[in-house]
Amino acid sequence: MHPRWMLALRTVAAWFFTLLLFFPLGWLALTAFKTELQAIEVPPHWLFTPTLENFVEVQRRSDVLLFAQNSLITSVVSTVLGLMIAAPAAYSMAFFRTRHTRDLLMWMLSTKMMPAVGALVPVYVLAQTAGLLDSLTALIIVFTLSNLPIMVWMLYSSLRDIPGEILEAARMDGATLWTECRHVVMPLALGGLASTGLLCLVLSWNEAFWSLNLSSARSGTLATMIASYSSPEGLFWAKLSAASLVAIAPIVAFGWFSQKQLVQGLTFGAVK
Amino acid sequence: MAFFELQGVEKHFGPVRAITGIDLAVEKGEFVVFVGPSGCGKSTLLRMIAGLETIDVGRFQLDGRDITRMPSAKRDLAMVFQSYALYPHMSVFDNMSFALKLAGVGLDTIRQKVERAAQILNLGPYLQRTPRELSGGQRQRVAIGRAIVRAPKVFLFDEPLSNLDAALRGQTRVEIHNLHRQLGATTIYVTHDQVEAMTLADRVVVLRDGAVEQVGAPLALYDQPANQFVAQFIGQPSMNILPAGALPVLSALCGGRLPRDGALGVRPEGVRIVPAGLGQVQATVSLVEALGADTLIYVDAAGTSLVARQSERTTLRRGDAVGIELNPAVLHLFNHDGRVVTA
Repeated sequence: MHPRWMLALRTVAAWFFTLLLFFPLGWLALTAFKTELQAIEVPPHWLFTPTLENFVEVQRRSDVLLFAQNSLITSVVSTVLGLMIAAPAAYSMAFFRTRHTRDLLMWMLSTKMMPAVGALVPVYVLAQTAGLLDSLTALIIVFTLSNLPIMVWMLYSSLRDIPGEILEAARMDGATLWTECRHVVMPLALGGLASTGLLCLVLSWNEAFWSLNLSSARSGTLATMIASYSSPEGLFWAKLSAASLVAIAPIVAFGWFSQKQLVQGLTFGAVK
Repeated sequence: MAFFELQGVEKHFGPVRAITGIDLAVEKGEFVVFVGPSGCGKSTLLRMIAGLETIDVGRFQLDGRDITRMPSAKRDLAMVFQSYALYPHMSVFDNMSFALKLAGVGLDTIRQKVERAAQILNLGPYLQRTPRELSGGQRQRVAIGRAIVRAPKVFLFDEPLSNLDAALRGQTRVEIHNLHRQLGATTIYVTHDQVEAMTLADRVVVLRDGAVEQVGAPLALYDQPANQFVAQFIGQPSMNILPAGALPVLSALCGGRLPRDGALGVRPEGVRIVPAGLGQVQATVSLVEALGADTLIYVDAAGTSLVARQSERTTLRRGDAVGIELNPAVLHLFNHDGRVVTA
């Protein structure tokens, strides 16, 4: 039983770190409703008359809907494609382990340790040669492949929680591989599939590096739109903040409503 | 030809022969128990019969059909797993009807079969519950019910009682025995518990290191073990084993038939505790276990430990001096390699 002062200290510390983490987003949101002059004032003002002029300017300057559509398409398609590839891979590794399974998983994960810029030139040349520069196809392929290691790992951890004897029982009951997956594995792994899909949706939506380097006017995502507000004249903080808020608002709202599944997916295997 | 036969069955894991050349014939309606210590291959053998493990050498014949290479679902077998292996997201009804649904059986027939099995197993009130809402014993009955509805040719049980507490184990053992009498189904049952083997089996197959040590009716194994391993494995407490040179006066009881490098075996009920000064050997009590119906008296005689079983209560305590008397009619003689000495 902890003493009350310790509980109070922990509560204060938790609030402090939460506010610290939230501060950049909160500041971004405030700045989006300021004028450019108010945005660069020192000291900054906490009380001001909010304005929507930055959002009007963002909508006027950029085809927000096109960028949002591209973000949505690339995120959703890469997530679905990734799940279709990762799920069978994770299934075979979880239920048909060999002595190399662990090594294979570690190798997959090791590809995430390399900085993306290390693969920029070959990927760019490949996309250019295939005529896929500034196309949604290129982004979908790159997003899928770059998230695949995480998806396989998360699904593998999720499937490992299913006792193998249940699948054996299904086989004894006459289940084929398809009926086994449909009636037994999928219902039991639904939570894991959902968490994995949600996390990769968020990762794809926020992906900026490949979007900036492989896309332009046609296939640019919201990340590309935000970057376009950095101009030779300098950074227009208020407009930049408004553009950023437009870009992150959908995914923040989505994450808010699915936070339970996201946390579940992120903490898989943490405690056994 | 027997109803179910294992012919020269072997299983290798690399250079290791986990199962070595097993031949066994099981008659229709028979309850056969595979028993042995951990790692003896009994579960592996059962899984091979079920089709969950591959077979390297040999064949399985069921009712005239060679099922060796058939997939599990086509072998007409049903298995009850140690961990029950119930589908956690399905109700009891759905668990029990899953196999029938996959086989395309009509809903009315499914309902009829499931309700009949539920009635036999007293699961009627629980059909809409999920496994997590059931106790261990109820889950075990659902696992058995799932097997019953399929009406297989052979039931396979893989240590089904090992996850239950002692009281429930005894109760469920009786239920399985009654179920077998009621259904008359051919059953192969794996356990490491020799009490289950002795009480349930028509015949017991004792396994060690992947090989069959002895096959026979429970009491036949108890009274006439083929070797020292079976003698010590069957019976609780284990048979007392005395090396030939340990207590020469006792070896003399065997009329010279005990090999010099052999061993003498006597069950605890064949050892009688008498007052000090009497009997064939003098000993000191090291432990007394009063179990209620029986009393076990552990004694130490010239560095050799023995255990005696008697139905009478005793006032003996640790350190008391006693005499030991062995009944020559119930002595077992073993060669140096553990095999029983034949006349």
